[in-house]
Amino acid sequence: MKQQMDNGLKTRVLILVVALLSLFISACGAQPSAPADETTAPVESTVAPEAPAEAPAEPTSAPAADEKFVFGMVLVGPINDGGWSQAHFDAAKYVEANTPNSEFVYVDKVNPADRPNIKVEQVVDELVAKGAKLVITNSDDFKDGTREAAKAHPEVTFIHISGDDVLTGKAPANLGNEMGRMEYGKMIAGCAAALQSADGKIAFVGPLINDETRRLADSAYLGAKYCWTKVRGADAAALKFNVTWIGFWFNIPGVTLDPTKVVNDAFTEGYDVIISGIDTPEAIVEAGKAKAAGKNVYAVPYDFKDACAKGEAACLGVPYFNWVPNYTKLIADVKGGTWKQDWIWSSPDWSDMNNIETSTIGFAKGAALTPENATKLDGFIAELAGGLNLWTGPINLQDGTVYLADGVVADDKQVWYMPQLLEGMEGQSASK
Amino acid sequence: MNTIRLARAPLYAIIVSILLTTVVLTTTNADPVAAFTVLFSGALTTPSRLADMIMLASPLLLCAAGLSISFAAGQYNLGIEGQMTVGGVAAMAVLRLYTEGDSVVLLWLGAMCVGTVAGACWAGIVAILKQYARVSEIFVGLGLNFVALGISLYMVFGPWKRPGVASMSGTEPLADSLWLPVLGNTRATVVTPLIAIGVLALVWWFLRATQWGLEVRASGLSQAASQRLGVPAIRRTIQAMLVCGGAAGIAGALQVLGVYHALVPNLASGIGFMGLLVALLINADIRFVAPLVVLFAVLTSGSIQLPLSLSIDSSVSGVFQGFLVLAMIVARALLARKERG
Repeated sequence: MKQQMDNGLKTRVLILVVALLSLFISACGAQPSAPADETTAPVESTVAPEAPAEAPAEPTSAPAADEKFVFGMVLVGPINDGGWSQAHFDAAKYVEANTPNSEFVYVDKVNPADRPNIKVEQVVDELVAKGAKLVITNSDDFKDGTREAAKAHPEVTFIHISGDDVLTGKAPANLGNEMGRMEYGKMIAGCAAALQSADGKIAFVGPLINDETRRLADSAYLGAKYCWTKVRGADAAALKFNVTWIGFWFNIPGVTLDPTKVVNDAFTEGYDVIISGIDTPEAIVEAGKAKAAGKNVYAVPYDFKDACAKGEAACLGVPYFNWVPNYTKLIADVKGGTWKQDWIWSSPDWSDMNNIETSTIGFAKGAALTPENATKLDGFIAELAGGLNLWTGPINLQDGTVYLADGVVADDKQVWYMPQLLEGMEGQSASK
Repeated sequence: MNTIRLARAPLYAIIVSILLTTVVLTTTNADPVAAFTVLFSGALTTPSRLADMIMLASPLLLCAAGLSISFAAGQYNLGIEGQMTVGGVAAMAVLRLYTEGDSVVLLWLGAMCVGTVAGACWAGIVAILKQYARVSEIFVGLGLNFVALGISLYMVFGPWKRPGVASMSGTEPLADSLWLPVLGNTRATVVTPLIAIGVLALVWWFLRATQWGLEVRASGLSQAASQRLGVPAIRRTIQAMLVCGGAAGIAGALQVLGVYHALVPNLASGIGFMGLLVALLINADIRFVAPLVVLFAVLTSGSIQLPLSLSIDSSVSGVFQGFLVLAMIVARALLARKERG
């Protein structure tokens, strides 16, 4: 009997270990390969606003007359991901600091891997319970959830970043969409790549295939092609532009391709510039390592202003989002009662792309860009600012069909709903 | 083992895990009292939070009830996540047949039935390989979890993808009329908890009050001996697995119908494994399933308030649940040793 019990117990402990391990694997499996600084402070990663510290600022003001404006955010990634989510978080913190009597509340890591069984609607309920009058959701994956939450809280204004519910007519009256015209950022990225590449072999590492990622890859190609042919005067046929989709915004072992491997394979195959379209910094990290090992390779990371820091010596620059101007206006509008439902696609401030107050899209040049190429790149940016539109025909889609006839300029919807890669690009246009 | 003495195990376990979690919390300068208050009562403070808790507890209850049977039969059904997933995929296949004007109730029933059968079949593979090919049900189950996840990922990103855009958020949402009706302004459906409680009651009755249940338990104690004594033990073991898979399958179908209103890539999202933890914690004793399920659902559901109100990462909830299970197993082992003197 004793023997049997011990055995039973042992089996049970074994099962428990396996079960916990499985839970752990399934939880970690879908996590972004975290930047080093993220893992060191996991608990601080969801620091809530220090409301009590700021509250006593105006102790005598009448509570009703000068009510605090609370705005909330649902973020898909961790607030320090060095990419997409951090760009949103930093902007919100900046706006909070610069808007008197405002308070920013948020929940980050709202995704099935980090918070299984927590729905966007549930998170929104909590933000609204904290008093949020404006809620921003920052992932394409939140489209349905944001719509449902907006229906459930008609008194709150919702902004779904990167969505198109307003365009498709599915949005309730209190839901708007905003996005930045990263297409320009990607064109500049493509141009930088084409200027610096030894013989015009550029690799683009993309996430999953959808309208947004196609139009961004296409933009990078258009920028590369323009600078390759018009600025360098080289032959268009000699430009190789290869797109590899890893399958998701970040590495999920066993599900996506491993971006680290994709980047290194590209180097091995002779590509000397990698343009990253994913949320995590593998491209710049690996390029930095290869550069340190003596290879002449470069990378253009994505999303976040300081992304170059992970591989300074190989960085040509980074196109990034700066949500400060959008959020500033949004909060003023909602606060003042002048907000109107809209689908906003913000352009860079061409007078100064890197002005935090005014430009939604920025481009920070990297240390590896030669001074000569930096000058040429500035020339290209000036041309874009002056009205150069690369979405001008003739442009064919990858399968040879006409996308824009000679002289035709694409309208917003044609660009937004990009059906394919373009002729001259290598890679898949649609998932099989 | 002495029942009275054994009953003390959960008490010890809860005290120990609260202490251990407090240590974790204080090392990160968090206020343990406030944190535990939120954890234990956060999910119960408003109707909408309560509703979300119920919607998490229901599939958990289905899984834990199913697992009580497979545990009774001596089977460690770690494939429960996969069984839940295929249940959801199968239900979605039925729901996609919907065209305007169809009988919604018929589709709901169809989806639930097909989901149940699919989950049972998925468990059947495990059971048959175990009984006739002597392959451990643990590893077949875990392997099939990955296959099920693969199938659901393939459907979401392949044949059932949204027009033009494959999205990690799942397939295009079901037509509004297909959503299970909810209570008031909450997200709680009426049907889901009722089915979960009904299944629990059935399992309870079958296990405790029928010849079938007795035979299942006998097979669990010793399959060989039961078989020799004339109990169809192999058949009972397989049947127990089928029932567990069916319960998981209907849970998957209900997640599609009542929670996500779409097929999402990670439909099971750890609910099956959480059910396993519950079952382990209570030694698969059917009497304690419901309270433990509610406790786990409260802890998980309330945890979302931690980062917002206390700046504490919500994974503290998982830390506590983990400590609880470990402490429970250790406490039970120590008590059993003491019992034997």
